[in-house]
Order: sequence, then structure tokens, then C-alpha cells
Amino acid sequence: MSTPKQIQLSHGGGGREMAELIGKLFFEAFDNQILRQEEDAACLNMTGPIAFTTDSFVVSPLFFKGGNIGKLAIAGTVNDLAMMGAAPQYLSCGFIIEEGFEIAKLKEIVETMAAELHKSGAKIVCGDTKVVPKGCADGVFINTSGVGRIIKPGISVHSVRPGDAIILSRDIGCHGAAILAAREGLELETELQSDCATLWPMVEQLIAANLELHAMRDATRGGIAAVLNEWAKAANVGIELSEEVIPVRDEVRGVCELYGFEPWDLANEGTFVIALPQEIAADAITVMHQFCNCDQARIVGTVTDTNAGKVILHSPWGSKRYLELPAGELLPRIC
Amino acid sequence: MPELQLKQLYDGFRDPRTVAELASQIKQLAAKLDEPVNVMEVCGGHTHTIMKYGLLQLLPDNIEFIHGPGCPVCIMPKERIDQAAALAQIPDVILVTLGDMIRVPGSEGSLAQFRAKGCDIRPIYMPLDALKIAQENPDKTVVYFAIGFETSTPMTAVLLEQAEKLGIPNLLFHINHVLVPPAIDAVMADPDTRVNAFIGPSHVSVITGSQIYQPTVDNYHTPVVVSGFEPVDVMQSILSIVKQKVEGRCALENQYERAVSYKGNEAAQQKVNHFFTVRPSFRWRGLGPIPNSALMLKPEYRHRDAELKYGERLPVKEIDDHKACQCGDILRGKAKPQDCKVFGRGCTPQTPLGSCMVSSEGACNAYYRYAGVK
Amino acid sequence: MCLSIPSQVVELHPEIQSVTVDTLGVKRTVSCHLMEEPLAVGDYVLIHIGFVMNKIDAASAAESLALYKEIVDKMEAADA
Repeated sequence: MSTPKQIQLSHGGGGREMAELIGKLFFEAFDNQILRQEEDAACLNMTGPIAFTTDSFVVSPLFFKGGNIGKLAIAGTVNDLAMMGAAPQYLSCGFIIEEGFEIAKLKEIVETMAAELHKSGAKIVCGDTKVVPKGCADGVFINTSGVGRIIKPGISVHSVRPGDAIILSRDIGCHGAAILAAREGLELETELQSDCATLWPMVEQLIAANLELHAMRDATRGGIAAVLNEWAKAANVGIELSEEVIPVRDEVRGVCELYGFEPWDLANEGTFVIALPQEIAADAITVMHQFCNCDQARIVGTVTDTNAGKVILHSPWGSKRYLELPAGELLPRIC
Repeated sequence: MPELQLKQLYDGFRDPRTVAELASQIKQLAAKLDEPVNVMEVCGGHTHTIMKYGLLQLLPDNIEFIHGPGCPVCIMPKERIDQAAALAQIPDVILVTLGDMIRVPGSEGSLAQFRAKGCDIRPIYMPLDALKIAQENPDKTVVYFAIGFETSTPMTAVLLEQAEKLGIPNLLFHINHVLVPPAIDAVMADPDTRVNAFIGPSHVSVITGSQIYQPTVDNYHTPVVVSGFEPVDVMQSILSIVKQKVEGRCALENQYERAVSYKGNEAAQQKVNHFFTVRPSFRWRGLGPIPNSALMLKPEYRHRDAELKYGERLPVKEIDDHKACQCGDILRGKAKPQDCKVFGRGCTPQTPLGSCMVSSEGACNAYYRYAGVK
Repeated sequence: MCLSIPSQVVELHPEIQSVTVDTLGVKRTVSCHLMEEPLAVGDYVLIHIGFVMNKIDAASAAESLALYKEIVDKMEAADA
């Protein structure tokens, strides 16, 4: 019998086919000592405070310019740990695969994940695979959870305080715009790539520079508008941004013009914001500028004790307005 | 002259220094005005520009914007949305509509909520996508819930034309296309109206030409300046209006000459006239029934009309907005959003009670998001 | 009233009555069923929900921009 090219329900059945899939595909790509033990649970040696996070990835389309769902699943969870000042160490990985999904595509996703893991040094130490009948999932869904040792304690939304500078690591909206462009029905052609990236290397250097980081967060769904609103509410401070200095590339502007979106509402997957004392902002930016992913890092705003709970955007036209938490589906505006 | 770059078509008309300089010219000239100028920008797109770029804050006190009824999503009465929901609940019907319409609440919920309940409702980006959906689903009936002012009507006409030409029988239409001039008349019919100048819509005018506003100038003796959508366009148009007022004139002017002609896009107009006829009356959310203010399919295309085919199943009960809602007064320029008791309290963009809060182009929605920053 | 975006024609597809346009580096194919006059590569057009609505008169746009430049230059000369 020849090996099937598509995922069969039997691949999730717990029998021979599943063992083969796991052995040939997952173990080979994610190989490490802990995973190889094949116990019911991974045994880890950890001391001190740890950060623990989980995220599920259901992106459509699965493959896009600048990455695929696998890259997102690793970078996303690793970044959540990094943003808490934790070195990403161990990840779990659960796949929910739709019957009929091409094994070649799955292989590509898994290999991308393995490559992305190398960027932080984190390891996948346990996993799970389920196959659901055709139509019950959209290709493949991935869940990753991760733990990491907290190297820099005290990074927290509650530590954002008046007088802090807000640093943005790069131009915004690339992931959201790239996904939209790739979406069926839009048929847009663009060179635009998702910003999807592992952020630990930059964070590691920021920590090594011994800078007083108050808060850090990657601006994923809801964009920088969501993150900064969360900070303003959680820390009960005001945040003032200058529209002029927030970098947005032309293609992202183009997608926004076409559909009436705002770049601050669009998702990012490798872009983060930092709140830290104004006087050390320049030092942080110097560290960030060593990385090509952050060569546009800059101060985009400040934290104030007025307008608590609100984010205010100052426009180059001299006007100001509230930057709201994005709400509702991201639907094109026609009018 | 060096060749014009596409980017200049954006940035050139958004240049903050030009906006500032036009603002200072307006200020100087407005000092000579005998009476305040209350400019209605009919179109929601202009409302959006005015708020987004903070133009309100740049103008002197004797110039006021009154935000008109020119957002097709905002003025859609709830019963029409209820009809869309009723259509979507018919087995084997796929309801397609442009994105904005999906989250506007009818009396029983929004189309997004009906979709969550299992109805096949699909937001599309371009009307011609409806054709593809109909072709791909020959055993279903696809209903295009058509919305928009003169700007968007020709696109519906092309969709219908293509469905006829390609012999695609399973595409029907629920037509909600509305017209700008009757809405202007409805505002001006109020004896207490304060409106004494108009900024003419940009893209309606691209299709219709600036000609459609000549009666407004003649009948109401008000200046009308057709304006582009960018902040520099709007400021230049305001300057033209103030000039007319200071000189005691009222005329039709076209600031948006780069895209609008006097006669407009005649090919598009012909297509509209071929398929549509004027509806005797249409109820506008906030303004009530306005005669001859909307379109419907001509009798020879009745086989495409979902309102006729499913007439018995469509609710006709007229649903008014909350009693406290003052959208009607706001749209006529008799009240400001902040004057309304429910503004920002019961009525927010997440839970709109009245039309002006519904979409990002409604006056209340724009005030809620942009104004009031201290 | 409705969102409509200046774009530039980059490819012609007369057989399907459409053109490919570029909007700040984003390309897509749109219908020209509403255009009587033929379009050429390089033309600036306004796009609304998948259709070319009209050509933008580049000369008129350039004229406006020149006027604005004059206004700003005068202002800056006065400020200096």
C-alpha cells in the first residue's frame, strides 16, 4: 500500500498511522531529549519564577507572505513569554487537522516551526494530534503553550506610569494587511510581508542592557490601539501618541485606504511596544537599532496623568482624538 | 511640469501646512461675514474627513458644520434591515451585502447576529462578487442587498446587466439605493432650518455631475460647492463658500474639478436609467418618508426583484428609533449630538439607538469618537 | 459619500472589460464597465467597490497642487 498524500482520519486514531506521522514528521523536526522520552507528560527541571502562556492559531489563509500558521504558532507563544521578561524554554504543541489536509503542507508548516524555534532556543517537549472530519476545521489549527524562566521580574501593565516614554519597535499593520491581501475574495497583489517574527533576541539584549523596562507587549490582534488602550485602563494613566511619528509603510496605507481601515487597528505579529522612563528611552532604542527588525524603533508617545484610561492621538493637522479600542469585525468601510 | 506621482494625489491634498494656511485665510475673510455660515456637508465621507482631520477646531466660531443625511448605512430604516434578515432566513437563500451593512442593528438584531444563528450571510467587497457566488451555488438563490447613494447604484446596474447577459437566473436584488437631491429638499423643507450653504458630495457628483445641485442653488439661494474628500479640498471649499457669502452671491462651484464634471459619468447614468425607476416614497431613518427619494427596479426586471418575489414573507412594520433619539433634529441641523439625552449614555457606537450613531460616518458616531478630547 | 481611492492603471485587460490598478503598492483588478472612454496604462482613476468610476484629470490635480504650493510658499516667506 502506498503512503497517502493526505491526512486520513486514521492519522488521529492513536494507532500505527498516528505513530508513523508523529515519528516521521514531528519527532524529526522538533527532536530533543525530553520529547524523545515519549512519556505521558514532559518532565522539566525549573527553578524560580516562571511565566506560562497559551495561544491558539486559526489563521486563514494558512500560508501568507512572510510566514505561515506554524511560524505564527511558535513566534506568538515565544513572544508572549518574552514580553514578560521570560526566556522562552519549553513549549507544548497541539494540532487539530482537517481530514484530507495535504501532508506536504503539514510538513512545510512543521519545518517552519522547527526553524522558528531555533531563533529563541525554545523546545517543543510535548504535543498532541487530532484529526477531525472534513469540514470540521479549516485545514489546520494549532495550539501552543509555553513556559519560560522570568529573567527580568516586574514587567507589567500595572507598572506603566506617567512620564514614561512609549517606544514602538517598527512600522505597524504589516501582518493584518498581508493577511487581508491574501484573503480569498480580495485578490490583492502586493509585495507586503507579514512582520511575523520571534522577538526574544531583542528582548534578551534589552534585559542584558539592564534597562528599567516598565511594560512590554506585542501588538497582535487589535493592533497598537488595543495594547495601548489596555495599558491606559490597567494602569489608570493617559497615553498620548503622535500620529506623525508612527511608521506605516505605503502598502499598509494602501490597504487601509482601500477598505477604510486604520493602521493602528491592524494586527502585528512581530511588533512590540515598551513603556519605560523617558531618560533611558534613547538607550533602549540604541539596543533595538542593532536588529534589522527594529531599525525603525522610536518614541511614539508619552504616558500622562491626565485623561486616565484613554489613548489620545495627535494628528499632524493639529487635531486630537481618542484612539478607541477596536470593536466589531474588521469589515471594509464602503462609505 | 514634472510628472504627477500617485502619492501626490494623497499627500498633496492632505498637506498640514496648506490646511493651516487655508484656515487662516478663512478666518480673515470670515471676519467680514454679516451672519454665521451654517454649512451642511451632505455626505458622510465629508463628516468623516472633518472629524478625522479636526477641521472643526480650525474654523472660526461663525462657521458651523451641520452634518447631513448622506451615509447610506445610517439612513437605512430598521424595517429594511428586518427585511434583509427575513430574506436570509429563507431556506436556500444566500444574502450578500457590502461589509458596512453587516453590523447595523435591525429590530431583531444585526445581520452579523443572524449569521451567527446559522443564516448564510456573506459580506462582499465588490458587487460583482455576487455574480460569482450565484454561479457557484446554482441550487441556491443569491439575494444582493443593495445599498448606497448615486455613487454605488451604477455598480448594482452592472451586476444586474451581467446576470441578464450571462443568464444567471438565481441572482435577485433587494434595492435600497437612495438619492441626494430629495434629501437636501427634505432638510430645506423645514422652515426652521439653519442651513445656508452646502458642500456637495464628492463621489456622488463623480457619477451625477455637479448639475444635480443647480436646483438647490436656485430654489434655496444657497451656495453649493462640490468638494473633494481630502482635508485641503474641504478647506478650500469652505473658503469658496465664505467668499460667496461675503460677496453676497450664491452659485454652484466645483472645487473637485480633477474628478467631477458638470455632466458626470454619462455611461454610468445610462445604465442606472436603464434598470431603475424612482420609488414613490422611501422612509429615511431619522428623517421619515421622503417622496421620490429612492430607486427601485423597472417593471421589466421584476423577475430579479426579491421584494416582489418574497413579498409575503417580508415584514413591513415601520420601526422608529428610540423616542429620546434626536437624529432627525441633528440631520436637519437643529440639534448637536451632545444635545441629545441618550448621546454617549444609552447610545454608543457599540449600541446605537439612532441612525447618526450607526456607522463611522454618522455625526453622533464621529462626535463620540473624535470630539470631547480635553 | 462613498470611499473611493485614487489609483493608477498598470495593466489593461480589454477582453474582460477590466484593468489592474495600483494603490500605493497594492494591486488589484477592477471592472471598467462604467467607462466609455478607453483607459491607458499610467492613467489615474477613482475606484469604488471594484469599479473604475472615472478618470482623474491629472492636469487639473497638478494645477491645484501648484496653487497650494504657492499659498504655502507665500506663508513661509511671510513667516521668515
